[in-house]
Amino acid sequence: MPERTNYWGIPHTWGEPETFVYIIMFLSAAIMLFRFYKRASLWWQIGRPEARWDKIPQRLWLVVKYAIVQTRSLRQRYPGIMHAAIAWSFFVFFLGTALATVHDHFFEFLHGNILIVYKFTLDIFTIIFLIGAGMAIYRRYQEKPEKLTYDEGFTRTLVLITVIVLTGLFTESLRLAAERSGISAWSPAGHLLAQLWISTGATEKALTNWHLGAWIIHLLTVAFTLITLPVSTLLHALTAPLNIFFSKLDRPIGALAPTATTEDDEPIFASKLSDLTWKQLLDADACTECGRCQDACPAFNAGTPLSPKQLMLSLRESFVHNGTKPVLTGEAIPEDVLWACTTCGACVQECPVLVEHIDTIVDLRRYLVIEGMVDAELQTALMNLGRYGNSFGKSERMRARWSKGMEPKIKNANKEAVEYLWFVGDYASYSPTLTEITKQTAEVFQKVGLDFGIMYKGENHAGNDVRRVGEEGLFEMLAEKNMKAMSKADYQAIITTDPHSYNTLKNEYPANGGQPVLHYTELLDQLIASGALRFSKKLDYKVTYHDPCYLGRYNGVYDAPRRIIEATGCEIVEMPRNRDCALCCGAGGGRIWMEEGEIEERPSESRIREAVELGGVTDFIVACPKDVTMYRDAVKTVGAEEKIIVKDLIELVYEAL
Amino acid sequence: MNQDIYVLIEHLQGEIADISYIMLAAARDLAESTGGQVVGVLLGHDAQGLADDLAADQVFYADHPALKEFASDAYLKTVASLIQERTPRAILFGNTTIGADVASVLSARLSLSLVSSCVKISEGKLISQICGGKIMAESELDENTTLVTMIPGGYKTEAGQSDAPPAIETFDAPALDDLRVTLKGYVEPETGDVDISKEEILVAIGRGIQVEDNIELAEELAEFLGGTICASRPIVDQGWLPVSRMVGKSGQTVKPKLYLALGISGAPEHVEGMAGSEMIVAINMDPNAPIFDIATYGIEFDFFDLIDPLLEQLEDA
Amino acid sequence: MPNIVALVKMVPDLVEELEINDSGTGLDRDWLRVIINEFDNHAVEQAIIIKERDGGEVTVIAPEAEGVEDMLFTTAAKGADRMVKLSHDDFEEGVNNHALARAFAEKAKEYQPDLILTGVQANDDLDGPVGPLVAEYLGMPYLGYICGVKIEDGKALVCKEYPGGLTAQMEVSLPAVLGIQAGEEPPRYVAISKVRQMMKTAEIDEHETDELDPDGGIAVNRMYLPEDAGRAEMIEGDEDEIAAKLIEIFKEVGAL
Repeated sequence: MPERTNYWGIPHTWGEPETFVYIIMFLSAAIMLFRFYKRASLWWQIGRPEARWDKIPQRLWLVVKYAIVQTRSLRQRYPGIMHAAIAWSFFVFFLGTALATVHDHFFEFLHGNILIVYKFTLDIFTIIFLIGAGMAIYRRYQEKPEKLTYDEGFTRTLVLITVIVLTGLFTESLRLAAERSGISAWSPAGHLLAQLWISTGATEKALTNWHLGAWIIHLLTVAFTLITLPVSTLLHALTAPLNIFFSKLDRPIGALAPTATTEDDEPIFASKLSDLTWKQLLDADACTECGRCQDACPAFNAGTPLSPKQLMLSLRESFVHNGTKPVLTGEAIPEDVLWACTTCGACVQECPVLVEHIDTIVDLRRYLVIEGMVDAELQTALMNLGRYGNSFGKSERMRARWSKGMEPKIKNANKEAVEYLWFVGDYASYSPTLTEITKQTAEVFQKVGLDFGIMYKGENHAGNDVRRVGEEGLFEMLAEKNMKAMSKADYQAIITTDPHSYNTLKNEYPANGGQPVLHYTELLDQLIASGALRFSKKLDYKVTYHDPCYLGRYNGVYDAPRRIIEATGCEIVEMPRNRDCALCCGAGGGRIWMEEGEIEERPSESRIREAVELGGVTDFIVACPKDVTMYRDAVKTVGAEEKIIVKDLIELVYEAL
Repeated sequence: MNQDIYVLIEHLQGEIADISYIMLAAARDLAESTGGQVVGVLLGHDAQGLADDLAADQVFYADHPALKEFASDAYLKTVASLIQERTPRAILFGNTTIGADVASVLSARLSLSLVSSCVKISEGKLISQICGGKIMAESELDENTTLVTMIPGGYKTEAGQSDAPPAIETFDAPALDDLRVTLKGYVEPETGDVDISKEEILVAIGRGIQVEDNIELAEELAEFLGGTICASRPIVDQGWLPVSRMVGKSGQTVKPKLYLALGISGAPEHVEGMAGSEMIVAINMDPNAPIFDIATYGIEFDFFDLIDPLLEQLEDA
Repeated sequence: MPNIVALVKMVPDLVEELEINDSGTGLDRDWLRVIINEFDNHAVEQAIIIKERDGGEVTVIAPEAEGVEDMLFTTAAKGADRMVKLSHDDFEEGVNNHALARAFAEKAKEYQPDLILTGVQANDDLDGPVGPLVAEYLGMPYLGYICGVKIEDGKALVCKEYPGGLTAQMEVSLPAVLGIQAGEEPPRYVAISKVRQMMKTAEIDEHETDELDPDGGIAVNRMYLPEDAGRAEMIEGDEDEIAAKLIEIFKEVGAL
């Protein structure tokens, strides 16, 4: 029966090897923890307090899902497998070492078959690790994707962990070579390598000496890696699980936190490191520099100065040197970086360690707004919103002008009870180019016999993007006005045209009697399912569908619009970036009101090109009024008028009715 | 009190300002109903020759070094003493950087009534235009000498010009000492790339174009038409175009063959600079925009929706 | 350090449709929405720019009107030190600038200002702008169409706009009244929460105006919306039809 040999071939010249190992490992671990504590204490020494200790089981589950299983990381095949191969191997090695300790001191169980399984597993993971490391080397030194950080720290880490695993393998294989043990075949990698050592014709003595050398290097490398971990790129092995554990659970992704206040109820407008919470600093320290956020970021890809990754690194750089670089806005983080964000959520969606970029961006924007540091176009929009409740600077009495001449007249939900309160939104109400679409929406509602009404001048801009611009006070004011108007209405549910309104009404407005908020695509989908909406025509267009950020990523509505499109008889061809990977049109987060600035390729243009490249798709279907505006412009600027038409989903429905 | 209508002639750097001719034309209308004469009041230094083409029955001229260029105190004292001495029926001022500084102060100093922003005078009635041209107000002369400030739009400059030089009567300026306002000098505008006042075709953009990007489209259109672009004040204030492109009260006065106004509402300050255009075509989304009152052709449309089909057809044409 | 008073009034908001009252001599005030006179807004900005540069205090005075408190709190949020609201029963009805100027002058002199700034004009001026009237009632010099102010040795060096982009440098002894055409910087943005904060912490001095004397203004016989008579020939149709017609016109004037 195979037995585990402890410290095989390690001389006892200076006493029990075990004692040395424990002393070295204990010291290394202590140094590591001390250094990590020093680093981590910056978070709460600099950052403000924030309660994130609730819902422990749920938090632990997140750690399992994202830190251990690494589902986010695995969304991308190559880097996902690469990282999992390395990380899981180390989990196994760590576990293996821990089990060996248990076996040695507490409970002997590594005998016979258990030992074989144990050894086999460790050995297999050695191979898995080597595959992962090989992939990493290929990726970092051959493929060289732009999103990675090319810093020698990463090389150092890769060398260290590879040395640890290789010396471990050498130790094992040299022992096997010296022992010529019969069960060595259960350690296939060790066994193979042992054959190599044997073939050198080295004596048992020589093999034992080599083994000792490998063992010492292995031990010291592990110790060194531990000691340097808090200052190396391996720091993420600690910060990432912590960041995942402390990720935001108190609100849906579509809800921003209100401006924080001091104990004296003074608002905190974040401009310095100390205005951020410890979790926001932890975010920066948890960043693994994988660059997925940057790859997905429409602002970065458009050539604006914003890279969500760089933002986190600037933040990290800033607080690691706290005292010299504590001012963020305009210094560590330039204003144009903050203004470039469309708040599309792609970075947050992609981040394997759940960094919350947008919350920090909005916090910093709030400071810029309070200091009046906004560009002229944005200022005009905000002033119009403050005065007229819409960004167009038109009278509120003109809000429902689009409905002029409609028969029957659309009910005023502030005057009579309706089943559905239709929150039309600014763009659908005021933009002259959208009047036709808004009318068609109303006509579709009328044709399916929906009992609905609008609030006419009682409706104000819902405030989703006002809030994301960082103008929290204006958001509150708009929300109060809308809440007041809605409280006067008698309705069962709210329908919105605009996904942005939808998001804020659903996730950020205080629950108003608990009536559900639906996007019109959700409503139509329900009506189709219940048979209330039937199409008389079968359209046979080949179309593609663009997921609006605030409908898809923020609220998970992916299928309803697709089912409607299919019900009209159209065939959907998906763009490569679809559903939660959809590219933002560039209008969100208040960008639609700002000066465009230097830009290489507008996100909307990139998107239209993506659709055109599908070949044979005639219609580009959207479900957001801003998308109609953005993409119709983009079709013109890329000169694709002959190839593709931008249509709101409601236009298909209207046509097929 | 006599029945004469006085006009404070405005001039700048040795040139009569257009508003002076416009006022003379208006004064003629008013004088017809009062039965008095039209009298130009010219203040200057060695500037008598400026009176040559004024369509006035008479010009009162005061010569003084302090009156060489406009500075409010010296003007105020001189005009005040003239009014007190001769009590005309009315005196017209430009609603301009010169006239408006003088007229209101005189109203308070001499306790005389003031009517401002008058655009047209007919049958003794003064028609003022306020609220960005959206409201008209009609009033009459007061029983005392009435002060009126005029804005362009109701008269052509030619109507205030004459080939026959008017009779000139000089009068003495009062003692011009203790002046609290002095001119230190002029700062010439930066010369722009083009002189829009000499262009035959102008594509003008206003607040209605909304975003800076749309300027490119306007430029493209101007290129097709062989013209150039100009703008109303808000566009220049935004920094989207240089001051040299500004049309209106503090900008240039232009008289092109074609003035294509895109998203311009037509506030009096702007109209002042372009009312003399031969043909005005206005595109504006607001059906009540005052620009439609002076335009030859009007189109109630969002410029942005129109520009593409227009450029397309121009390409084909 | 200059003591600055800014005079502000609310004027009809031209975004809204304007209507004439039943007597046909004034605007229908029941439906009227008012907004800060944009030139006064520039005057406030200029006052605060001077304060930020040279120190001193800024007092904003405005007659009561719908929304005037919000407007005053906004100026406080921008940096004004004192807010004064003039009240009188007739303000709501609308008073002429002569009456308003007398009320302004009476209140402004209490602060012994070195400089009084106000908008060069307002869209509803029918009896001249307010600034020069205030100046004369207080015996101060006046200059309008100002686009920049520097204070040196008891004098103000100002930049005055002339047509064609020309500007004049003028010197005026203080105290003086200036009619602002444009501040050195466009009016700044103030976040709503800052205004709301002011509403909680700052206070508006309310001053009852004893008498409103409109003498010097003139009675309006008739007020009306511009007639359609002189209106443009409107071109109707869809985009393509309009574009076609435009091209005809362009050809007609020789632009093509």
